[in-house]
Amino acid sequence: MTDSELIQLLTPEGERLAHPMYPLDDSEVDLKGLYRDMTLVRRVDTEAISLQRQGELGIWASLLGQEAAQIGSGRALAPADMAFPSYREHGVAWCRGLEPEKLIELFRGVSHSGWDPAERKFHLYTIVIGDQTLHATGYAMGIQRDGADDEAVIVYFGDGATSQGDVSEAFNFASVFNAPVVFFCQNNQWAISESNERQTRVPLYQRASGFGFPGVRVDGNDVLACYAVTRQALRAAREGQGPSLIEAFTYRMGAHTTTDDPTRYRIASELETWKLKDPIERVRVYLARSGQADSGFFEKISAEADELGARIREACRAMPDPAPLSLFDHVYAGSHAILDAERERFAAYLDSFESEGASR
Amino acid sequence: MTGKLTLSRAINEGLRRALESDDKVMIMGEDVGKLGGVFRVTDGLQKDFGEHRVVDTPLAESGIVGTAIGLALRGYRPVCEIQFDGFVFPATDQIVSQLAKMRYRSRGAVSLPVTIRIPFGGGIGAVEHHSESPEMFFAHTAGLRVVACSDAAEAFTMIQLAIESEDPVIFLEPKRRYWDKAEVDTATPLSGALPLDKARVVVPGDDVTLLSYGPLVRTCAEAAVAAREDGRSVEVIDLRTLSPLDMPTIAESVDKTGRCVVAHEAPVFGGLGGEIAARVTEACFYNLEAPVLRVGGFATPYPPSRLEDHYLPDLDRILDGVDRTFEF
Repeated sequence: MTDSELIQLLTPEGERLAHPMYPLDDSEVDLKGLYRDMTLVRRVDTEAISLQRQGELGIWASLLGQEAAQIGSGRALAPADMAFPSYREHGVAWCRGLEPEKLIELFRGVSHSGWDPAERKFHLYTIVIGDQTLHATGYAMGIQRDGADDEAVIVYFGDGATSQGDVSEAFNFASVFNAPVVFFCQNNQWAISESNERQTRVPLYQRASGFGFPGVRVDGNDVLACYAVTRQALRAAREGQGPSLIEAFTYRMGAHTTTDDPTRYRIASELETWKLKDPIERVRVYLARSGQADSGFFEKISAEADELGARIREACRAMPDPAPLSLFDHVYAGSHAILDAERERFAAYLDSFESEGASR
Repeated sequence: MTGKLTLSRAINEGLRRALESDDKVMIMGEDVGKLGGVFRVTDGLQKDFGEHRVVDTPLAESGIVGTAIGLALRGYRPVCEIQFDGFVFPATDQIVSQLAKMRYRSRGAVSLPVTIRIPFGGGIGAVEHHSESPEMFFAHTAGLRVVACSDAAEAFTMIQLAIESEDPVIFLEPKRRYWDKAEVDTATPLSGALPLDKARVVVPGDDVTLLSYGPLVRTCAEAAVAAREDGRSVEVIDLRTLSPLDMPTIAESVDKTGRCVVAHEAPVFGGLGGEIAARVTEACFYNLEAPVLRVGGFATPYPPSRLEDHYLPDLDRILDGVDRTFEF
């Protein structure tokens, strides 16, 4: 890959660049807000990892290193746009106004999800790799049928997901039907222990051309570039120009999840190289150097992050286990005789302990 | 209006009714448009309702079901056609992991009223993968409703009820009965129809209960006629719903007859017959005169079509099962 292929508006050293295809003036974007978003979601992430280590969460999938890809693209969404996440999109969830506690619920094991996707314009986390790309495409086909030309869809998936058949089927359906969907691939270089070389022989963004729509590679650690590229792709989708693929070239700085041990499969120097390209640090340097923010601003955000961390910690620890019989809820819309009988019998079984004076 | 329709035509009329009554209803699948489906079940619907509502999709079953889920999230009510039973497996992940579970995962926030039509079963001399009975994969999956129609009149109402359901429905169509004709009253309002989660007695009888669904309901009814000549009164029940099972209707019959045989084309091992046998044993234990017997496909893949007459339960094998329940 040549440097010219990688769209970048802010270098790792904090230098601001212009790009002829993706013009973005500082006045068009709330850079301090993006810095705040990235800092706070990183804190959510750190806190969640600690909670997992303390036994409060079953597992956590860290977004460390992918803050710019998620916040840049997430803030490019219009309120009416619909987002379909994988399971690591805590930054996008943040942009959609979802309380981090809702994500904590899932990883703690008290629910499979705690929000209404239609209300939040943010679908459920999807753990089976790549499945959500088809849901996003179908949703976009619905937008077409509604004639809603002010709405578009974005779907998030990783480099590993590009090996899934469903992702290729989604690319093809979206292309054939010219559906208003943006495929946002966070290429974080690693699918658990498998590197990119095991997923693809061509740069991922080039896959799009075979399906007949544009694909671009953006510096996934550059929040401004991610914002500008996503904004343009969504705009094109709303205007009826069909799907596009964005490959956000980034790095999973942490483990795949808290159960993973990356030292078994990747060398430490690789992480050190990517630390120099940190998505938050470059924004801090640019904000300070250009005089847009002073130390007071950074201290304030840091204090806000501490407060958020404490809030999540407390909320997590206070989260009660669901009532036993709730496991039968919401399987069907109406009655289902077999399930209903099982619920009734299990309730009686539980009650039999209560009558003996034991607690549930 | 009452008239004789083939089962295929009856589903077509039911689909037409659904498309007319709710503009969110869509049909999607392979060859469902201009061709009208390989069995002509969707014949003429694209012409009358347009390409946006009757959609010829790319040839990808997971893509069909996956995009149908997305359309349902957007408020649509898609009816997917899987061209043949053996082709549903590429869509199994979307059906089992996504379609079936999304209401539960979202704690009731999401409804996915998607109907998946699958022509199923053998008996048409087809090449491999065109004669399968995959119903138990789906009956085993919580969150799905699984139903099978057996004749034209049932098919007409059941397809409409399936589309009306807020839950995802696997709708099994007995493909070798597509050409069977029956009286269909298309004027009866849907509100008067037998609900989707009920079985029905097709032939009343007193000596033994014969349970089936889909293509074998007709065979069982013929077996009842043959058995009557031998002095045996067979009660035939069309299960209609495989998930949930209508146990009250089944148990009421077996309590009366004391004997029960279940017939299906799917392999006996792990089939619905086993589940029914366990439940009937529990519900009717003191009234049973014999163990519940099963007649079905063998523990083999579906054979080449020149052998399918040996594989498929026919009238004689079903009667043999009935006879055996009187040996206890």
